[in-house]
Amino acid sequence: MRSVENALGMEIPLNAQYIRNIIMGAHAVHDHIVHFYHLCALDWVDIVSALSADAKATAKLGQSLSPWKRNSFEEIRGAQKRLQTLVDSGQLGIYGSGYWGHPAMKLAPEVNLLAATHYLQALEYQRKINNVVAILGSKTPHIQNMAVGGVSNAINLDSPDTLNMEKLYLIKTLIAEADDFVKQVAMVDVAAIGAFYAEWTGYGKGVTNYLSAPDMPMDTKGTSFELPGGYIPGGDISKFTAIKSFNDPFFEDNVKESIKHSWYDGEWNRTPYEGETVPKYTDWQDDGKYSWVKAPTFQDEPAQVGPLANVLCMFAAGHKPTQKYATQVLDTVSSLVGSKVGVGALHSTIGRIAARVIRCAVLNDTLENQWTALVNNIASGDTTTFNPPSFPKGEVQGFGYHEAPRGILSHWIVIDNGKIKNYQAVVPSTWNAGPRNSKDDLGPYEAALLGNPVAEPERPLEILRTIHSFDPCLACAVHMVDKNNNEIVKVKVL
Amino acid sequence: MKCRESDFENIPSGVSRRDFLKVCTATAVYMGLPASFGPKIAEAATAAKKRPPVIWLSGQECTGCTETLLRTSHPTLEHLILDLIALDYAETLNTGAGHQAEEYRAKSIEENKGKFILVCEGSIPVKDGGIYCKIAGKPVLEILQETAPKAAAVIAIGSCATWGGVPSAGPNPTGATPVYKILEGTGIPVINIPGCPPNGYNFLSTVLYYVTFGKLPELDDKLRPKFAYGRLIHENCERRPHFDAGRFAEQFGDEGHRNGFCLYKLGCKGPETYNNCSTLRFNDMGTWPVNTGHPCFGCSEEGVGFTVPLHTPANVKNITPAAGLTPINVDHGGGMSTGAVALAAVVAGAALGAGAVAVKKVGQEEKKQD
Repeated sequence: MRSVENALGMEIPLNAQYIRNIIMGAHAVHDHIVHFYHLCALDWVDIVSALSADAKATAKLGQSLSPWKRNSFEEIRGAQKRLQTLVDSGQLGIYGSGYWGHPAMKLAPEVNLLAATHYLQALEYQRKINNVVAILGSKTPHIQNMAVGGVSNAINLDSPDTLNMEKLYLIKTLIAEADDFVKQVAMVDVAAIGAFYAEWTGYGKGVTNYLSAPDMPMDTKGTSFELPGGYIPGGDISKFTAIKSFNDPFFEDNVKESIKHSWYDGEWNRTPYEGETVPKYTDWQDDGKYSWVKAPTFQDEPAQVGPLANVLCMFAAGHKPTQKYATQVLDTVSSLVGSKVGVGALHSTIGRIAARVIRCAVLNDTLENQWTALVNNIASGDTTTFNPPSFPKGEVQGFGYHEAPRGILSHWIVIDNGKIKNYQAVVPSTWNAGPRNSKDDLGPYEAALLGNPVAEPERPLEILRTIHSFDPCLACAVHMVDKNNNEIVKVKVL
Repeated sequence: MKCRESDFENIPSGVSRRDFLKVCTATAVYMGLPASFGPKIAEAATAAKKRPPVIWLSGQECTGCTETLLRTSHPTLEHLILDLIALDYAETLNTGAGHQAEEYRAKSIEENKGKFILVCEGSIPVKDGGIYCKIAGKPVLEILQETAPKAAAVIAIGSCATWGGVPSAGPNPTGATPVYKILEGTGIPVINIPGCPPNGYNFLSTVLYYVTFGKLPELDDKLRPKFAYGRLIHENCERRPHFDAGRFAEQFGDEGHRNGFCLYKLGCKGPETYNNCSTLRFNDMGTWPVNTGHPCFGCSEEGVGFTVPLHTPANVKNITPAAGLTPINVDHGGGMSTGAVALAAVVAGAALGAGAVAVKKVGQEEKKQD
């Protein structure tokens, strides 16, 4: 959408920007909750151990950490019974292949039970915030309200069939409910798990060039954003450079993709405008092609993307809410471990998880701001939601970016006489999961696994911890090979 | 049906008896059954010692169909996987990974031979030996061919698995193929739940139908459950009166659009898409695309979704009497003859500017309705 609008040089009505912003924010909050609790927490939390916890002591622990209203004995005992019923049934389902009792699992039974209780509660709150996406986007997961030039949501406060007061207030109510869960539960849980696994601030650093997009545009042209973004080379936040607009050549001119090690025909390193996707599968080649993923670079270097990159960029840009929530999480960790833990600890496996919950808290505030901006704009008498596109004769090209839950997403389009001539998407997991680039530099996943501990080669849970911390959007495989090139084990990750 | 206290002994802990019964009753009503079937569903869901095992395979997909289950309330995902079924393998949700997950899948398939439900999400690439989608080093094509004969039934979820969806769009570089075609001639029962993704309740109700009644729901000629895909979206659309009266939105944000008029001229494919979006709505929020001012693009309909451009007018499949302004003062037991209805429809269609397409199609593609 943004790539086409960029190619056509369009302006987007303010209402449409705010509606898109609310959808993006609510989607990301949902995604971050689901990723932490349902796709990553069980790498750290042993739910079988939770069965032996004292529910009373767990409630006391929960209440000492947070004012959350649902840390009662009844709530926690109910969750424990539910898990016990599951285990007693002998049919463990998705939990049947888990790493229960693994030596790298270090939490006390009560901490495991508290986290398991919140695992179940999190399913309810991710649904609530996702409903915001459905109200504005027609349905989720795949929304259907976007149009080149705006959105399809008509605004008419005096019609029963359009975006009106009832829907607007439902959105506000759902945002508030999710806000409590994120700030009183998710932030506390992540800080506690981070503190108990403090040694993981020393693993999984990988590539420390960080790239993220500014997002939540606050004007029609995309030159002013609520959330900043940009580039940090070599982990040095003093060298942060902001990406300033939807037209900024600093982004457009510096992105390339290499297919030297990817299963595509040829060996080039190009701007996505000239990218191709012509498959040529060779199976695994140690020094040749070994991945379906291309290798993107920024200023010819690999870059890490995702909530950590975003939080570091926003921190560097002086974004106050980011600084506030980052400090809050780090202070909680510091008090639990009994020594000062600074921003530097974020360059790690556990840091990526912490950054995700920091971003989640920032986004909740953003959602409230965007809702207020939308309502104020409607109150000013503006109900425009769409500017019609017009496609010129000849060739035009454009790019559009978005700070998605997994990191910067960019689409690149070449349009010839109103028809698509080329379209390339450079997605977050391409940045992070990409193989070696044209200069044979390791991609972020590869680099992050160097020095990662593995207690039991047959059950390499620790590798999953680092890969899951990136929130991969694809099923991939880590092949562990011994010195004689014999494969020990394959680990599929999602 | 009366229920006794003892019927509820096996209610999962953490769920109140009242809530549990409420969910089961809502499910019964949604499946088009009398509310009194609620207790029967509750009984079936709790009495069984063993939860029905489910193996969920992923081919060429975006995981949107899995994601849609995160958003349902009756039942919720947690109730589904903790209490109603045993989801023994699902790439996104498995706690284990790699060979741990693959071994658990193999064990479940062996132990539950002939009894498990196989769910397939995503299309199956067949070109070049299926190398475009491999899981644990094996083409998903082979995994499907090995697994399906051992299943009680196969549910293909989403447009990719049911008719090819996005991956099969021209030029279909990987030979993306729907599941039923791979299994053609094997006699293995396949149920199609198309949509991008389908409404989670259409999938869940199919599973609960099977769990409760021990049989598969009635299917149409495209293997879709009739309770979900038995009617055109257009026939139950809230904006249908505007179509019949010739009131249309012509562009997003114009006066007709801001008045909630019909989206036919914006390319709405409701008139040629069989689905229950207009009655079931999405995410328990009462929303669906037309309600949000966006034309349906036929995501669930083969030959429409991802094939016909968004703003190209739909082929209006059939004109029901309502479009022909049936007189409201017709005597009981009388009514208009079929010919008269068709004539009225033609006259009304021509007069109302529903477009030449609508007129041309009258009487041509009547689908048998139950």
